[in-house]
Amino acid sequence: MKKALLLGDEAIAQAALDAGISGVYAYPGTPSTEIATYIQNSQQAKDGKVHSIWSANEKTAMETAIGMSYAGKRALCCMKHVGLNVAMDPFVNSAITGANGGLVYLIADDPSMHSSQDEQDSRALAKFAFIPCFEPSNQQEAYDMMFDAFDLSEKMQIPVMMRITTRLAHSRAGVTRCEPRKQNDVKLHPNPKQFILLPAIARKQYNELLEKQPALETASENSKYNVYTDGSDRSLGIIACGLAYNYLMENYQDEPCKHPILKVSQYPLPRKAIEKITKECKEILVIEDGYPVYEEFLKGYLNQGPAVKGRLDGTLPRVGELNPNIVAKALGMPATRGEDVPALVVSRPPSLCKGCPHIDTYKALNEVMEERGKGKVFADIGCYTLGALPPYNAIYACVDMGASITMAKGASDAGSLPAVAVIGDSTFTHSGMTGLLDCVIEKTNVTIIIVDNSTTGMTGGQISHAYGRLEHICEGLGVEKEHIRIVTPLPKNHAEIVNILKEEIAYQGVSVVIPRRECIQTIGRSKTYN
Amino acid sequence: MKKDIILAGVGGQGILSIATIIGAAAVELGMHLKQAEVHGMSQRGGDVQSHLRISDNPIASDLIPQGKADLVISIEPMEALRYLPWLSNDGWVITNTEPFINVPNYPEKETVLAEVKKIKQHVMLDAEKIAKDLGNIKVANVVILGAASPYLGIAFDKLETAIREMFGRKGDDVVNLNLEALRAGAKIAKELN
Repeated sequence: MKKALLLGDEAIAQAALDAGISGVYAYPGTPSTEIATYIQNSQQAKDGKVHSIWSANEKTAMETAIGMSYAGKRALCCMKHVGLNVAMDPFVNSAITGANGGLVYLIADDPSMHSSQDEQDSRALAKFAFIPCFEPSNQQEAYDMMFDAFDLSEKMQIPVMMRITTRLAHSRAGVTRCEPRKQNDVKLHPNPKQFILLPAIARKQYNELLEKQPALETASENSKYNVYTDGSDRSLGIIACGLAYNYLMENYQDEPCKHPILKVSQYPLPRKAIEKITKECKEILVIEDGYPVYEEFLKGYLNQGPAVKGRLDGTLPRVGELNPNIVAKALGMPATRGEDVPALVVSRPPSLCKGCPHIDTYKALNEVMEERGKGKVFADIGCYTLGALPPYNAIYACVDMGASITMAKGASDAGSLPAVAVIGDSTFTHSGMTGLLDCVIEKTNVTIIIVDNSTTGMTGGQISHAYGRLEHICEGLGVEKEHIRIVTPLPKNHAEIVNILKEEIAYQGVSVVIPRRECIQTIGRSKTYN
Repeated sequence: MKKDIILAGVGGQGILSIATIIGAAAVELGMHLKQAEVHGMSQRGGDVQSHLRISDNPIASDLIPQGKADLVISIEPMEALRYLPWLSNDGWVITNTEPFINVPNYPEKETVLAEVKKIKQHVMLDAEKIAKDLGNIKVANVVILGAASPYLGIAFDKLETAIREMFGRKGDDVVNLNLEALRAGAKIAKELN
């Protein structure tokens, strides 16, 4: 079969289709978005009636995937690392119930925070939930592993994580495909009681989960993705995890590495290989693209075994994405850096697009807030977070999806008024609605601005669940109809927006202002699934 | 044959289209390829780059090591300078001369171009003027690709084939416009060196 040129995300999507999934469940989030997008556009998925419509958030996505697995079919659930925080409850507890049809959680981490608010390492959470984790080192391996991940999930009756990072997600390479496998039929579990996590059953299931661990370790030891390459110079042994293996090998293009290397791409750690390399080598260098999860694990709190080097002792930087140069330095190789960047080169931060509706909203909001003091506007995750940067400087806080509304409520409760939230339409349906309900219940004095550009903008313009129902949701949650104000954010409407904001800020209760104008990037695109 | 190329520009300027054309030509030649892209927040008017690696042999890293890039191809002059730490001693910089100014502290155009001129091996051209003369400013990126074509190590007709395949669905006019842009850029590069 001819090689296809695919992004890591696309290779994973194609692999999941070829491995016979019946559904992908996801909420857009960089760098994971392109997986579900690829499946949505795939003729193969259409022909196989593979579910691919976006979910409201990562928690609903994961729970739906779990439901599909319980029904006996294979499901893929994708999200970015911080999305896993949202889905933590089903994530941990689905490990306790176990899976039926193959169930794979694809988590895309973002070391260096290219498009994220933290660089948490999801491998630590796979370990926390006692589930196996695959970490591909390249696009072909990502493709091949997806088959093994689903097979392992069904064999061991357990959800499986595949962890990737931004660099693999958004890098293209040639990928050779395998023969597609048929989808599973609906097949209920012979012992469905294990899916009911009443305490008595949960205790039993938790023990079963722990009893699966030795077999999972054996699977890692026998995995074709964990490879031991011997070397004559045993002053150092190198453990390279996932993508870090490529950065290591980039430094040995001209002559082979003399040190023993253990490539790790399947967890739990392959115990025998770890024992071999630590026994045979004087020092161990652990290279991980993320947190020093396994470096810390191998080092141990008392640090009494062989010397373990890596991010914790400064051999590698403590934070940020790896690259070939960082790894070269850790190996004591000379720097290859070219000329310095001339001093006149200035940074070019991202900014709102020319003609973006959020610009008109922030201009009006800044005018209104001018006399009301700083520190009153709580924003959320999306393009409008860029209102934090000059020339707007409009935001006091931005933490996580949906938090604008609840943070504004907290400030209002504290007596810091006015309390204003700025949240996008898709972020609102992701996890702003429940916070709004809290405000309604208490008649909190807040003004919530739902900037409605009728899309999920920052991730590339995916369909928004709020489309066509935003004001109805607010009304249904109990916001008074006369305090749901819709306006078109355009320069010519500046005075009107200012007036509406002033009136609603003056109102001592819950107000929702909806500046509604479509994202200029998505104009002309369909906004529904029909 | 092995080429490590950094493509640079500002989000929305079309560096990924250039990468796709080179990539399609390289794959057609049976070469290995890795191409790291930038998606997400930085695409909104921020500086963007793509590491494009093509080789007859398998490629390890998705990222080009510093000091190893054979080419920096940039659609914006200040962005070309940002990647000098990656340029090898005998590498080439091919850049547009027309600045994209979306930051208040953008340096004087002449001082930026003076810095580009200090680079040992460089090709500078006003791709936007050439694209405008051809009838559509949007093909400035393909003009730049044309100017880079003598240094890619890929036969010119393979790039033309890739353009025909990539734009074929959009009709003959679009294909011809992009082919003209590619040829115009290549002509300038030959005149300059």
